Amino acid sequence: MNALSVKDLQVKINESHILHGVTFEVPTNKVTALLGRNGVGKSTTLRTIMGFYEGTGSVELNGKEILGMQTHKIVQAGVAFVPEDREVFASLTVKENLSLAARGKNNEEAYKAVYDLFPELDTRAAQQAGSLSGGQQQMVAIARALLNKNEILLVDEPTKGLAPKLVTEVADVLAKVAKTTTMLLVEQNLALVKRVAQHVIVMDQGKVVYQGGPENLHDDAWVHQMLGVSGGHK
Amino acid sequence: MDTFILIGITGIGLGALYFLVASGLSLIYGLMGVLNFAHGSFLTVGAFVGYWIATKLGPETSMVDFVIAMIVGGLAAGLFALAMEQLLITRLYERHIDQALVTVGVSLVVGAVLAGWFGNDLIMFPTPMWFLTAINVGGAMIPADRVVYIATAVLLLIGNWILLKYTRIGLIIRAGVENRNMVNALGINVRRAFSTVFFLGGFAAGVGGVLVSVYSNGVSPLIAGSYLIYGFIVVVIGGMGSVPGSFLAAMMIGVIRQFANYYVTGLGDFVVVILLAGVLLIRPQGLLGKVRA
Repeated sequence: MNALSVKDLQVKINESHILHGVTFEVPTNKVTALLGRNGVGKSTTLRTIMGFYEGTGSVELNGKEILGMQTHKIVQAGVAFVPEDREVFASLTVKENLSLAARGKNNEEAYKAVYDLFPELDTRAAQQAGSLSGGQQQMVAIARALLNKNEILLVDEPTKGLAPKLVTEVADVLAKVAKTTTMLLVEQNLALVKRVAQHVIVMDQGKVVYQGGPENLHDDAWVHQMLGVSGGHK
Repeated sequence: MDTFILIGITGIGLGALYFLVASGLSLIYGLMGVLNFAHGSFLTVGAFVGYWIATKLGPETSMVDFVIAMIVGGLAAGLFALAMEQLLITRLYERHIDQALVTVGVSLVVGAVLAGWFGNDLIMFPTPMWFLTAINVGGAMIPADRVVYIATAVLLLIGNWILLKYTRIGLIIRAGVENRNMVNALGINVRRAFSTVFFLGGFAAGVGGVLVSVYSNGVSPLIAGSYLIYGFIVVVIGGMGSVPGSFLAAMMIGVIRQFANYYVTGLGDFVVVILLAGVLLIRPQGLLGKVRA
């Protein structure tokens, strides 16, 4: 059973053809990593699924077409998004960032689950999100997405720009979240991908060039060929 | 000293009028990126509806009558702003040049319709007799109507603050001013907040229109002109999307303009433009505005 099915997704932005018929599936209750060199269209794929960009083709969430829907309706349908660069509301407090995200009236259990995962957010509830460290802002961004019941979580480069210690913290959190959530993860950090992903998609020049299990990530030559980086042995 | 107090308080009174125009402009641009040249027509609509109500309420306008006229004028302007947003602006989001053209067009149509109906001459706005009195403040005799302008602006600022700080729609507006795409990405229809802001901006401008009519000794389709220009200056100096910034900038501009005009007649506008240029050079995001990512 697939939570998300993307078929022949084509996107043009300002006359540039970015996605050339992207097709892949995200299996339910698994973490799928979307990999590829910089600029191949990974973030564009996520943002098109979210409705930020117009595209043609098909994006189905549990069999229901969501391509062309407004962003807030896509989210209400069950797609949560943790954007690249966190995008927390800097002038709002941590608590305000979370309460903005929480839908529905009885969220006590959701808040408790989030604070169990990120105890620091509870103690910093009154602090402005803009004054938090990068790692703490990432926690706010992930926590916002987890406050509601979602069908799938889209996470865009959660460790980008973080110090190594914070990368480990975020990786720990994602590993915990991955146990209970269907996730589509865009990530450059192969160690993190190997730790959490059960399914891998590789993109190149706006197309999917590989879709399958994560076992190839341990093959240095394959990683170098597909992703242009070393580190398959890690 | 009494001259200093007189000029200072009348300057604050003038600043209060600028704030009433600018607060809505600031939120509308800050949240939606809509450069609304029709904002002056909200002021004019509020002024004329307020005038109509005041004349209907009796030959002698009491303070209660005036407040009713001001609130109804504000509501009429708010509803006009909401109608304009729903009928025109919702079709033009992210199309900035089209927005500018359409809002300029609306302001021209409103001005022409009112001029055709009432003419361009000033029509005296009925006010309570108390407005013609003066209040002694530290030896300076302050015209009583200035107190009403200042009190209205302060009430609006407090109302704005309560709305933005303690309500969910206020939270959505504050977040939307920072990053409206991310508000959508949390499952919130940010366009509902747009409508609320248009209504509130129109309401404040309509209330301002009634007070500007009193300050200008009458209502006319032309009264909004200079106030709209000063409203834009206040928004730029205070910072796009910052209501407290607009308040601070409006007060500064009102006071500086009055003092400059007192010492050299006609110097006020020049000094305000110099102030605008200085802020744009030193702090382009405005006094309390935030640099956008």
